Amino acid sequence: MIPSSFDYVAVDSADAAIGALTEHGDEAKLMAGGHSLIPLMKFRLANPTVVIDIGRVNDLSYIRDAGDHVAIGALTRHMAVETSDLLKADVPLLAHCASQVGDPSVRHRGTIGGSLAHADAASDLPAALLALGGSVMVKGPNGEREVKADDLFVGFLENSLADDEMITEVRVPKATGAGWSYQKFNRRAQDWAIVGVAAVLNGSAGVSLVNMASTPLRAAGVEEALASGASHADAAQRAADGGSPPEDLNGDAEYRTHLAKVLVQRALTEAESRKS
Amino acid sequence: MQIQMNVNGTDRSADIEARTLLVHFLREDLGLTGTNIGCDTSSCGACTIHVNGESVKSCTMLAVQADGQTVTTIEGLASGGEMHPMQTSFMENHGLQCGYCTPGMVMASVSLLNENPNPTEHEVREGLEGNLCRCTGYHNIVKAVLAAAE
Repeated sequence: MIPSSFDYVAVDSADAAIGALTEHGDEAKLMAGGHSLIPLMKFRLANPTVVIDIGRVNDLSYIRDAGDHVAIGALTRHMAVETSDLLKADVPLLAHCASQVGDPSVRHRGTIGGSLAHADAASDLPAALLALGGSVMVKGPNGEREVKADDLFVGFLENSLADDEMITEVRVPKATGAGWSYQKFNRRAQDWAIVGVAAVLNGSAGVSLVNMASTPLRAAGVEEALASGASHADAAQRAADGGSPPEDLNGDAEYRTHLAKVLVQRALTEAESRKS
Repeated sequence: MQIQMNVNGTDRSADIEARTLLVHFLREDLGLTGTNIGCDTSSCGACTIHVNGESVKSCTMLAVQADGQTVTTIEGLASGGEMHPMQTSFMENHGLQCGYCTPGMVMASVSLLNENPNPTEHEVREGLEGNLCRCTGYHNIVKAVLAAAE
């Protein structure tokens, strides 16, 4: 399978990328590692007329200690996130979730910014960002703004960025010593989660769901129940509140709803056991 | 568009369409047919090569993304007529049956050992999760990688 024809523009800075986006409008797509975009283009599900390659914007590949949070350049590869000592110590949920993306060859190319911008309800990193209460820095022609994870995912494969904006940095609050868990339920290695649950217990609880709606989803019912003192088992019963699970060959909505409850309970139990 | 990259130690340049996949460029433009196409959807790993020393699936990379980079395919692994130790290990441990997944399997295994020189059996299996053997010959493949690590 070969993508439709397109014009290719390689840029070497975020500003040049935004310039190209401004010039070409919604006909253009940014390509980072290309591991979400190229498959869509091969299946002809995406047919951008212009592809702006930001894969060589090397100054957006970094993982930095920024005091109360860790700052990760948007073009940081999953493999770098997975193996970062800083993240393993201070935000272990994120390092672990990065290690669950695809397989090593995929993780050599795919980037954290690309994965978040792709906003796939079935992918691992959006759930981690939601549970951690993280945010992204977004740059456009009029400067930079911070977008909280809760405001980033707005529809099926749709983020809240304007056509001329790009994610430049991902910010995750340090959760050193917090309890955490990521439950990814799938049938085969390297598959997407049929349902997944990310949980962080750090004073308050952050719980999010993979593949339980058309967007990555916060498990608001579970968080609310935990905040009002419910047991893990009782809170887990509210796992599917606000969800609209997809139905496919792997399971119908009822099955996914059941799975979400089971996995939330497992996630909370594991997170509790990891608290220090 | 004009691209230039180092492939197996030789600088190659070509004028290609931007939509050309790296695997097609290697196979059809450069005649390096050792890299196989299996699933064409980045699941099976038959097309695994190295870009700047790291394993990637060349069906999910555009040739233009490799512009200016260093690419190694299975043809570039041996040096001076001597097989790479991973190739020797696959041969000695019978790490192949039909052979279709083998080039990708070997390239992924070399990349795996570059990152983790002394993996456990479990780490080898996890590390090769993106490479499928339809003969299901994983036992000897894992044995070959472990032997090569020693």
